Amino acid sequence: MKQKEINLKKILLLLGSCMAIGQTLQAAGADDPLRTMLIMDRLEILDNDENTRAWEGSFYIGYDIDKLYIYSEGSATSEGLESSQNELVYSRAIAPFWDIQAGIAYDKNSDASRTWGEIAIAGLAPYFFETRAALLVNSNGNTALRLDAEYEALITQKLILTPSLAVDFYTKDDPSMQTGSGLSAAEAGLRLRYEIVREFAPYIGVTWEKTFGNTRNFNAVDETSLLIGVRFWF
Amino acid sequence: MKRRTFIKGVAASSLMGISAADLQAETPKRVSDNSPVLTGKEFYLDIDYTPVNITGKAAVATTINGQIPGPTLVWQEGDTVTLHVTNHLKKYSSIHWHGIILPAPMDGVPGISYKGIAPGETFTYTFKVGQHGTYWYHSHSEYQEQTGMYGAIVIKPKKREPFRYERDYVVMLSDWSDEKPAAIYRKLKRMSDYYNFSQRTVGDFFSEVKEKGFAKAFEERKMWNGMRMSDRDLSDVTGYTYTYLMNGENPATQFKALFKKGERIRLRFINGAAMSFFDVRIPGLKMTVVAADGNHVKPVSIEEFRIGVAETYDVIVEPVSNRAYAIFAQSIERSGYALGSLTPSASQLANAPKMDKPQPLSMVDMGMDMTNMDHSGAMKCGSGMKMSKTKSMQKYKWKAMETQKYPVTKLPMARGVQTTMMAMSPKYRLDDPGVGLRNNGRRVLTYADLKNRYSTRHHKKPDREIVLHLTGNMERYMWSINGIKYADAKPLRFNYGERLRITFINDTMMNHPMHLHGMWSDLETGDDNHLVRKHTVIVQPGAKISYRVTVDAKGGWAYHCHLLYHMAGMFRKVIVV
Repeated sequence: MKQKEINLKKILLLLGSCMAIGQTLQAAGADDPLRTMLIMDRLEILDNDENTRAWEGSFYIGYDIDKLYIYSEGSATSEGLESSQNELVYSRAIAPFWDIQAGIAYDKNSDASRTWGEIAIAGLAPYFFETRAALLVNSNGNTALRLDAEYEALITQKLILTPSLAVDFYTKDDPSMQTGSGLSAAEAGLRLRYEIVREFAPYIGVTWEKTFGNTRNFNAVDETSLLIGVRFWF
Repeated sequence: MKRRTFIKGVAASSLMGISAADLQAETPKRVSDNSPVLTGKEFYLDIDYTPVNITGKAAVATTINGQIPGPTLVWQEGDTVTLHVTNHLKKYSSIHWHGIILPAPMDGVPGISYKGIAPGETFTYTFKVGQHGTYWYHSHSEYQEQTGMYGAIVIKPKKREPFRYERDYVVMLSDWSDEKPAAIYRKLKRMSDYYNFSQRTVGDFFSEVKEKGFAKAFEERKMWNGMRMSDRDLSDVTGYTYTYLMNGENPATQFKALFKKGERIRLRFINGAAMSFFDVRIPGLKMTVVAADGNHVKPVSIEEFRIGVAETYDVIVEPVSNRAYAIFAQSIERSGYALGSLTPSASQLANAPKMDKPQPLSMVDMGMDMTNMDHSGAMKCGSGMKMSKTKSMQKYKWKAMETQKYPVTKLPMARGVQTTMMAMSPKYRLDDPGVGLRNNGRRVLTYADLKNRYSTRHHKKPDREIVLHLTGNMERYMWSINGIKYADAKPLRFNYGERLRITFINDTMMNHPMHLHGMWSDLETGDDNHLVRKHTVIVQPGAKISYRVTVDAKGGWAYHCHLLYHMAGMFRKVIVV
């Protein structure tokens, strides 16, 4: 406890001295202030039998080049959590449009959980595809590849159509996580949001989810659902 | 600070009443007053917080003598002026005299000229005024300029000027936001297109298909999108948050410049905005440009001009009828305008004309070679583009500028996260009025029209040249020079006594108004015998531009893009030894 307090003091002192330096360098101002952003990209209810609630969001704190990210996505029903994937990564800009990321991931479903080591690449691919590819390894020797891509098409300045695609691959079967080797699951979505302000947009959409290969032995899904949700950030 | 802003009366704004006798009879006051025009040799300026209401919402501005803009300072060429500036803010502040040639410690740039003015402190500037014309002053600390700290400087000439006029008005353009500037910057850092509400839509693609045919529309999209570039990205901050002001008045309250029919009126336009370029015209009137950045130019008659942030233009107009004329300054991305009236009576106001449609950026603005049809090797991607050859920007005289060769001093250069674009084939585009003004049917001023009124034949030829690339990453909102931001850059070394040629290459899709402190920028506009003298030079997207600097001022100087939210990165310290 004592140690923690000292650390906190040190951090505050450091911050204080940084601000003092900032004051003397006012000629150009601070070009790279510390910032945070929490974005809840999806917070939605699906029109299926379970009325699944789903979320996908991220939070970062950092600078132009270096950031710390938390990613989280998952779904829940009235019976509780179905599954979630959570990540804590250090992110570094290595190219104009690309960040490389490394950290840990934590998957959870109703009866089991897995912790992974992770590296990922995230950024804006040519033709404005927002993309992320993550490679995960866990102590059971399972390896996962998770790919996400999203595109924004402006119908008007405030009405935005977002097609998205996510696919997961694994090298091993993991019955308690209900994932099988090979192509495991794919999810395609189409969401139409209206940005009342940049920071807040309700949306409607449709999502299609399907499991493949061995995964079907644990959890056969092939479902298309309408959905309604909100997207917000601050 | 309870003083009210916008106390400026119509009559008080005219500078014609100030005679040489006033200048001599002036008695210095011990304290600052809130008159909108201050004349003399000794000035008292107070920086303070002032409650304002510009948009209908209460806000707090940082002001000079309680006014937005700050008082117009009228100096006399040849005088030594003394300015006592007191900072009543809780933070450091400063005032920089933009375009004034003076000793380095008087330049007012914290961290370079001095440490700034501490809260509660008074700093006294004193320097000899060796020039005349229209200039301005502003805070050089943090974002104080955005929140109201700017004002005009008018320097009366020793010799009679080579043009006549009966009335004289300052027309200071600026942009105001109720949002805190630091909040604007943070938004841009997190979402660089936050303020852009004229982005490309799906419908635009279909209209292009109709207009150009599918193949061509698709090829163009393929190229722009392949490079992850937007052709609708004209201003980072727009009318979504900005109210555009003319002498502190919004378009509803309007600045009023009075005239009587038959009079010639000198309008001293100053762009004191933080981020906004304006395209200015007075529908129904021709304007004769007589000075640029304070310096006389060969008179040129035009209908419209673009004024970059920190530039000044003096124009003379002669209203032909007894009616109100609109002084109309639309922002470059057409999200709003500043408006005033040139009117025979304060009760007679002009209506704003319709704003022009925004024009998207073109391949030219990306620095592509439009003369070479096959584009082989001219661009990184999108090969096989078939562009019909539009009006060629190339003219023979610019070729001459391309071939002027001087020893080039290599500077450090980085191509990393900082840079998303490279102008593959940047060209001198002096006669290009710029995106939004091309082929609009009006006679628009270009830099090619600007010729020094006086001969520059005997100016020394450049001893050497440096090339500065203006670089940026619009996606991450990072700005730099030669791919290196100010915080990571070594100062530029200029040698005292040399004549230096500086060539800018703009590797971004934005206009950058580049301002060198302490020394003149003698712009090459096609005639070496009449190099036009400026302090702020617009570098167009994807273009190249050159000017010459006589390095005659020792010390440390600032050199930067004058867009407030670009400045922190796109900045260099210059050391003259």
